Amino acid sequence: MVTVQDAWDLLADVPDPELPTVSVVDLGIARDVHYDGDRLVVTITPTYSGCPAMREIEHDVKARLAERFADVEVRTVLSPPWTTDWITDAGRAKLAGSGIAPPGARMLPLLVQGRPEMCPHCGSTAVEELAGFGSTACKALWRCTTCREPFDYVKAH
Amino acid sequence: MGDHAVDALLRVGDSCLVLAQRLTAWCGHAPALEEDIALANVALDILGQARGLLTRAGEIEGAGRDEDALAYLRDAPDYRNLLLVEQPNGDYGTTMLRQLLFDAWAVELWPALVFSTDPVVAGIAGKAAKEAAYHVRHSASWVVRLGDGTEESHQRMLAALDMLWPYAGEAFLDDEVDVAAAESGLMPLPSSLLPAYRHRVESVLAEATLPVPPDPWWQRGGRQGSHGEHLTYLLAEMQVVHRAHPDATW
Repeated sequence: MVTVQDAWDLLADVPDPELPTVSVVDLGIARDVHYDGDRLVVTITPTYSGCPAMREIEHDVKARLAERFADVEVRTVLSPPWTTDWITDAGRAKLAGSGIAPPGARMLPLLVQGRPEMCPHCGSTAVEELAGFGSTACKALWRCTTCREPFDYVKAH
Repeated sequence: MGDHAVDALLRVGDSCLVLAQRLTAWCGHAPALEEDIALANVALDILGQARGLLTRAGEIEGAGRDEDALAYLRDAPDYRNLLLVEQPNGDYGTTMLRQLLFDAWAVELWPALVFSTDPVVAGIAGKAAKEAAYHVRHSASWVVRLGDGTEESHQRMLAALDMLWPYAGEAFLDDEVDVAAAESGLMPLPSSLLPAYRHRVESVLAEATLPVPPDPWWQRGGRQGSHGEHLTYLLAEMQVVHRAHPDATW
């Protein structure tokens, strides 16, 4: 019988539609996998309330798991709410490797969005925000004042 | 839970839906690319919040209406949104002031809803609370920048304040639906959010060098279904495709 671990291994190969360098496991979107009788139940959670990729993620997850599992159900849950703290260390390294600054530590109060630790291009810590919103719901646009390159930043959330 | 719960959820959900529709109209028209992207992102978050609340309202109602039926097949008198959010976009300053007056309410409401006795509502709120905190940072910064900007931008913000201020108080006027929703633990009493709201809005206006107007007679009725003509035009545009092709699928 195929195991829950087999499912996790398959999920680790399902890319996020908007950040394809990382998987749904790296991002912490896939929250739980378990058997309910003969049915495999996968729980996913959206990053933001309006995340337009959820339906596609559900479709991709089902399609991938169908390679080895006959009966798969994907459930979407909101609680507990997704946080960038769930992005794995491997996921952070992959983001940085593709020029996207991974989220910094979350700060209190929530009004503060944190800041990138360094420029993903040159490693300089001299960075500044260009715009609070970016090309996807989870990112902001920053730039490095050392190498002058702009870069995406996954907002601490 | 029953009718009061459905009404109470629609009051928040419809406010989010109508504001998302308003903000989406800026897409491709905002004064700068960054702002175009910002408003589309904010609209997307707020639309997501609306979808969750409308879906939940439909479940509690138990009449088989899903989020689409509630969004596309109700007429203006059945909408329960705040009058504030149906006000036209106007210039960018007007849109940003309207957004501040909404965000400053949302940023108090959602953290309170995290403690709702309805677990679905609490789950929606847990996400929305973080989003609202980010939104108010954006809208407040623009109100300050434009209020304390040039003579032209200052005058425009004064005009926007004059136009929108009478709509700022509706969210905090309790009626029997709110009392029932609060007693069931579904939602906080609207008036309980007012002190924190006032403090935040007045702080931003002070930093923006804009005067806090005296309390007017607050415009009201949107939460009970009495709307201005603006909403009917907005709904006509939002609903026309769905109503023209009711059974269409992608």
